Amino acid sequence: MKDTLLEVTGLSKSFSGLKAVNNISLTVERGEVLGFLGPNGAGKSTTMKMITGFLTPSEGNISVAGCNIKEMPLLAKRRIGYLPEGAPAYGEMTPMGFLHFIADIRDIPRTHKKARIDEVLEKIHLTQVAHQPIETLSKGYKRRVGIAQAIIHDPEILIMDEPTDGLDPNQKHEIRQLIKEMATEKAILISTHILEEVDSVCTRAIIIARGEVIFSGTPLELASKSSYHNAVTIMVDSGLEKEIQLMLEEITEIKDFEITPQKDFTRMTMKPKVGVTDLRQSIQAKLDSTVYGIHQLYVEEGRLDEVFRTMTRKHESGGIHRT
Amino acid sequence: MKGLKAIFKRELGSYFDTPVAYVFIVIFLVLNGIFTFYVGGFFERGQADLAPFFEFHPWLYMFLIPAVSMRLWSEERKSGTLELILTLPVSLTASVVGKFLAAWVFTALALLGTIPIWVTVNYLGDPDNTVIAISYIGSLLMAGGFLSIGSCVSALTKNQVIAFVVSFIICLAFNLSGFPMVLDVFNAWAPQFVVEVIGSFSFLTHFDSIQKGVIDIRDLIFFASLIGFWLFANVLAIEFNKGD
Repeated sequence: MKDTLLEVTGLSKSFSGLKAVNNISLTVERGEVLGFLGPNGAGKSTTMKMITGFLTPSEGNISVAGCNIKEMPLLAKRRIGYLPEGAPAYGEMTPMGFLHFIADIRDIPRTHKKARIDEVLEKIHLTQVAHQPIETLSKGYKRRVGIAQAIIHDPEILIMDEPTDGLDPNQKHEIRQLIKEMATEKAILISTHILEEVDSVCTRAIIIARGEVIFSGTPLELASKSSYHNAVTIMVDSGLEKEIQLMLEEITEIKDFEITPQKDFTRMTMKPKVGVTDLRQSIQAKLDSTVYGIHQLYVEEGRLDEVFRTMTRKHESGGIHRT
Repeated sequence: MKGLKAIFKRELGSYFDTPVAYVFIVIFLVLNGIFTFYVGGFFERGQADLAPFFEFHPWLYMFLIPAVSMRLWSEERKSGTLELILTLPVSLTASVVGKFLAAWVFTALALLGTIPIWVTVNYLGDPDNTVIAISYIGSLLMAGGFLSIGSCVSALTKNQVIAFVVSFIICLAFNLSGFPMVLDVFNAWAPQFVVEVIGSFSFLTHFDSIQKGVIDIRDLIFFASLIGFWLFANVLAIEFNKGD
């Protein structure tokens, strides 16, 4: 059953004549994690700022759990948890004091305020530093304070602007894990320019460039846009690659070869022509008929970074407003 | 209302989280002492009243209040917490009023620190305590006026120093506008009503009568509407500049 918690239609925003966001529409259902991708300055943050009610859209509609943010801003804001870019917080406060402040504004009843704060501190691993001023904490902890603040009222809609930006790999992993845990009962929108994140946490992705949506679909669909989609990669002994290439060139389904010498082996990647889905079988058959030793053979899903680059390059921006 | 209360509580607490509060209170009290006893000649006058104490308040507030108000909104802008506060379920007006009230209560606490002077004058003589009580209220009202100016100005910039300097200049203008020196400049060429309007904006004139123990409803309305006006401008300043 579909339960659309966030619905954005025809959203646009101009800053002094420059269109930072141009006619963006998106929906997020309960149980979904929508990844919002795009190069810096593409309009990701601006879109999020409009959804959360910080900026007023020039055009378009935003409906948060059925509440129009323009008509019922306070009601809509109550349903959202928001982590702004850079996780701003009051530096002189402690995480404990800060969360008490947020809990008060969010009107969490006194009877379970304390318990809820302790629970969140525990969940986000902040208990240790709960009584240190936020300005003295490391970047990872500061980010966690921002996340704690966003989920303190257990919102149905969670919007996070680059939640893992600037964190070390362990911290990134932890935060992604947390997002996945929460995903089942919430609608989550995260912006990122880290592609592995899309693969590991998102159920759907949207790419925007110059303020416009240029792709919308599942991470797998995104990967299939890659010229590496269904490409076959093999590892052969160095020195043999020329002979093998000559032999494989007989297969007409191969579009081109990519040969990368490595330490002891050479990696050969064969990209399929458009529409070819089973290159592996033809290559396997060909190789089986020869004596060459193949060390590895696998089919690629597609390379997200390549898709991202080719898609956004077409829309390459020149000095657009940084948002 | 809940939101306003939470904003107020946090803001008031933040004064005491940093050394600002203590530095301010100490400077306020020391300067008050110097002005009252040395410049104002509290003892030499031989009168049991607090006129030399209150007389200097407009001048003291002129540069001390901008120091209290300069961080109210500029700090939010600088640290990015403006985005946080504006995406929480609390209206902008409630935030503006909550922060203003916190700064006002803080100033009131500093003013409470001068109670020993009141006690002293009672010990030394037999002052008219009603006049003194009214003067305290007047002084607090005037502080509110200065604070609303400072709060609005701090909403326009990320830079606390700029907020301080600009608020100081505006406060100075509000003080001086009743000064004969300034009014004479306008007297030479401007029609009489313009001079009167300029003069009527002076904090000095309005505070002067209160300080003599006279509660004129017009003075109260002046300060109340002044605060209302600047806080309204404060809301607009944020509403139209939040994107930067």
